[in-house]
Amino acid sequence: MIDENEVFEKYISKIKFTLFSPEMIRKMSAVKLFVPDTYNDDGYPIEGGFADLRMGVIDPGLRCKTCGGTVRTCPGHFGSIELIRPVIHPEFAPMIYMFLRSTCQTCGRVLLTGEEINEIKGSLMTRDEMISTVITRTKKVKNCPHCQAEQKEIKLERPTSFYEDERLMLPTEVRDRLAKISDDDLRELGFDPEYSRPEWAVLTVLPVPPVNVRPSITLESGERSEDNLTHKLVEVLRINQRLESNINAGAPQLIIEDLWELLQYHVTTYFNNESPNIPPATHRSGMTLKTLAQRLKGKEGRFRYNLSGKRVNFSARTVVSPDGCISINEVGVPKQIANELTIPIKVTDWNIEECKKMILSNESANNVTAVYVTSPNGRRRKITDTNKEELANELAAGWTVERQLKDGDVVLFNRYPSLHRMSIMAHKVKILSGKTFRVPPSVTPPYNADFDGDEMNIHVPQKEEARAEAETLMLVEKQIISPQHGHAIIGPTEDHITGTYLLSLDETVFTKEEAMDLLALAGIYELPKPDVKDKYSGKAIISQLLPKNLNLRIESKIGKKGSSKSIVEIKDGKMISGYFEKKSIHSVIEAITLYNGNEAARKFIDGIGRIAGEVITRKGMTVSMKDYTLSENGKKKVKELVENAEKQVNVYIMQYKNKTLEREPGKSLKETLESKSVKTLGDIRNDMSKLLEEDLGQENKAIVIAKIGARGSIINVTQMSGAIAQQVVREKRLHRGYRYRPLSHFKQKDLSAVARGFIKSNFLEGLNPIEYFFQSMSARESIVNTAIRTARSGYMQRRMMNALQDLVVKEDYTVRDGSGRIVQVIYGGDGKDTMKIKKINEELTAPVGLPERE
Amino acid sequence: MTRNVDKDKKDIMITPGEGVGILTAHSIGEPGTQMTMRTFHLPGVVEAVPTGLPRLIEIVDAKKKPKKPVVMIYLKEKYKDMKKVEEIAEKIDEVLLKDVAKFSEDFRKRQILIRIDKDEIRQLKIDLIGIKKKIKAELGPNIKMKHKGEKVLLITKDMPLRMLRKFTNKMKNLHIKGVKGINKPVVTKDENGEWLIVAGGSNLTDLFKFEDVDPSRSTTNDIMEIYNLFGIEAARNAIVNEMYTTMKIQKVNVDIRHICLLADAMTVEGEVVSVGRHGLSGRKPSVLARAAFEETVKHLVNAAINGEEDRLRGVTENILIGQPVPLGTGLVKLTMKHETK
Repeated sequence: MIDENEVFEKYISKIKFTLFSPEMIRKMSAVKLFVPDTYNDDGYPIEGGFADLRMGVIDPGLRCKTCGGTVRTCPGHFGSIELIRPVIHPEFAPMIYMFLRSTCQTCGRVLLTGEEINEIKGSLMTRDEMISTVITRTKKVKNCPHCQAEQKEIKLERPTSFYEDERLMLPTEVRDRLAKISDDDLRELGFDPEYSRPEWAVLTVLPVPPVNVRPSITLESGERSEDNLTHKLVEVLRINQRLESNINAGAPQLIIEDLWELLQYHVTTYFNNESPNIPPATHRSGMTLKTLAQRLKGKEGRFRYNLSGKRVNFSARTVVSPDGCISINEVGVPKQIANELTIPIKVTDWNIEECKKMILSNESANNVTAVYVTSPNGRRRKITDTNKEELANELAAGWTVERQLKDGDVVLFNRYPSLHRMSIMAHKVKILSGKTFRVPPSVTPPYNADFDGDEMNIHVPQKEEARAEAETLMLVEKQIISPQHGHAIIGPTEDHITGTYLLSLDETVFTKEEAMDLLALAGIYELPKPDVKDKYSGKAIISQLLPKNLNLRIESKIGKKGSSKSIVEIKDGKMISGYFEKKSIHSVIEAITLYNGNEAARKFIDGIGRIAGEVITRKGMTVSMKDYTLSENGKKKVKELVENAEKQVNVYIMQYKNKTLEREPGKSLKETLESKSVKTLGDIRNDMSKLLEEDLGQENKAIVIAKIGARGSIINVTQMSGAIAQQVVREKRLHRGYRYRPLSHFKQKDLSAVARGFIKSNFLEGLNPIEYFFQSMSARESIVNTAIRTARSGYMQRRMMNALQDLVVKEDYTVRDGSGRIVQVIYGGDGKDTMKIKKINEELTAPVGLPERE
Repeated sequence: MTRNVDKDKKDIMITPGEGVGILTAHSIGEPGTQMTMRTFHLPGVVEAVPTGLPRLIEIVDAKKKPKKPVVMIYLKEKYKDMKKVEEIAEKIDEVLLKDVAKFSEDFRKRQILIRIDKDEIRQLKIDLIGIKKKIKAELGPNIKMKHKGEKVLLITKDMPLRMLRKFTNKMKNLHIKGVKGINKPVVTKDENGEWLIVAGGSNLTDLFKFEDVDPSRSTTNDIMEIYNLFGIEAARNAIVNEMYTTMKIQKVNVDIRHICLLADAMTVEGEVVSVGRHGLSGRKPSVLARAAFEETVKHLVNAAINGEEDRLRGVTENILIGQPVPLGTGLVKLTMKHETK
């Protein structure tokens, strides 16, 4: 039962762009319009008007008079307006200009001798270059080489006025001149006269797009409101008719020319309402009309809005919230959404019973329910309580049943902005109560999501092919290693890192009950042998999650360098030494992915996530004011540090004033002072962080979470308990504001640390008003910068995407673009996939020169 | 064992059909949002050189001149003594007339008075007569020169005022000494402890005329200059190096393959082509792809005039008309004959 049309799809192989000839426009025109109106008083389309039924229909119930189709089936048909006087197409004016200038005004030949043309043709130029050479060459020609006629100077005043030695040329003249150019000459220049003759750019007949291109809408009041294009076309026809009657009445030439110009204006704005030098056509309300060019152009135009980006059904959007219990392969979908989204199922002899059950089940029973059935003749019916029995009986192979989402269905999950291919991944549905999408915290990094109100979208693939592709290529576990750098991008974050760290500590031991609890969470029901007397160490728990064949030695940031504690060692799947922090966990994940595959890595991430969550719940990791309060001694030391730096800066200022300051090479004295002060004041941060680490101790929670990469940095700690230190605007100490001073609380030209934005206070003590203003200055700068940065980098990415999107690796590992041209002989110089290379704990490969070859 | 190695090798090869262009654009574009706008002080360089996102955009745009060109001049001899290197740096440094002289214009008399700073030229070891000669060589036929000691008076004959100001500016930028365009050279050590000169401005052509300069190791951040001097392959490597270092400074980890692909795409044409409407995107063979990117109407109009054909081989075109794209699984053409009973 396979429909042939479904297998042998039709493909468009090429699209050709040409000019319409007047004959062509007349030929395809279903109706010649002669009434500058649309509907009559009864609301019925006027014959010969702009809603003529021969151009297609937009009202339900009516039938097209050309093809007999209804609103749904009629594709629409063009009409035409016979222009009584020709008019120049504004968009083609530059082309007309080019032809007028490079051909003889008398005989219509190209203003070059045959030899010259052959010379140009013989040279190695592209077509565009050839045409521009012809233009520049013919510009200089004073007399036609063929008929010796003198050439007058021709000017184009945009959009559509041509001048010949200051005299305005009428479109008829322009058209006659273009018509004189011979087909052979056009071919010589590389144009195809069969498809585009230059005089066709001077319109004698105007095509009128079908009604369904410019549908009118009925307002609530029952009034009809016409499309912008219809408005414009009505005006064109009206002026055209006025011009005609004036000509027939033998009106003076002046009046005729005025009307002609008006006709030209209307046609110009019909094509492009943003032409330079002419006022845009407006509604009565003063709003500018959106005409043809505006419909296509820009971000909201047809190309980028409707053609490059397509609207879809079968998608949903809601807020996301975390769920530490579901697998990273899953996403929690609210019941309400799952009920609304459907998947079509083809009924076959093998699943007909199942399908019947789906039709008969009711929603309250918490079963998967079918919502619609479609019979082979295309009739789609909603299943209701009243007709379900009947439909279930009728059901046969070949029908289609649309059923609600159920656990295990594959859906695509996405967060905007999609900067990555990991911004859309396939998850398996897990239907949960509540109204938010539940996201496992470990998949947060690739989406760059957090739970402060972020919303995300899901899309339900509707075909078997789509589902298979999503599952084999886009599933979360396949994306653990990022193709960007070859390292893990999915893995424990924030509290999970802290939890894992606590688990890996030497002093962490669990009783049998605790160990069983933890392991059960990860779905492990085997208990290892107790390794610390009768208790279980955290490392033993971790080891249960690791694959048995894993061997690894990684240097981690925790602990003294070189000591056994700083090295995470895993032997045959047993963790022997070291503490886990962000980097080493990620290395372990990378190693598992490489040696045991993506599924094993997924299981590890799921397991470690659940256990770590439980561990941090039990052990705790909290901070209090005490964690940020320095000892008296520490406070004194910080104060000393700041004071010393201040003194040092004052010394520099003294030296600067006495001109005894030693000038740094290539800098003026003032620049030297500035750079020396910046350095002294900048160094405070480093010195202070060392000092704080000593004073607060290595056990300090704030420092610990910074060090293991769970959250925050040492700078955050120094700013809270030490000093906020130097504020910077435009890479300099604060200097803008009042004359020679950033704030009026200082003397002019005061260069000392405090007067130039150095903040001595910390966030714990609070800032004084002056410091508060200083901080606001640099804070504002960084906010503005962020806003600019996102816009700029977004545009850069769009450009790169557009330039590189056609590049693809072929079967021989060459990289080629859309036209088949080779861009790289072997991808990346070695044909290797970034995702698949072993890169554990190893820095980037050095920049390569020419690609190495085997 | 060899079989195993072979299998391993095959396992890590890239999958044919992979849309590596998109991958590259993603991988370089995504970290863009994280990068700082801040300019960065390269060790030794006096002026702030753009890094991070602005620099990245500069490279991708294939700008004729970078905002702040910088040259790294290595020397043939590995001097131990900093003095020697400093001497060379001094020789290279460009001195303009305005650096050593003060100008005053007399618009009524149409005269320009140039007062040369004696101390300054003594410090820079330039002799006065040489400067005067250089000034004289620049004078047009209508200008006379009088000079006495450190004062030089230029007398013009009824020169229009605007021209006079123009002429003053020209004289201010008169090249006196050093290499054109090179300013503020600084002597620093590189990571191997070797002395090198880092200077603003870029003019390798003239720099290589110096005997001490090692042309095989000295470089610039001006990609177009490298292209003009050494050709397209060097330009490609320059793009790779520049991108790589900017990424590294920002601590952004992007695989070298992506950078290489971008550099290759920018240089396949045989010249350095920018990424954007005037470069790679503007040169695409497909009308629809160009129209969908930027300047929609222009591309459609030109296509009609020239009777262009769109063969629908790229990604955008096929999305526009609703067909499978020629990438990945869309590339595989597999049909199965269905046997009917």
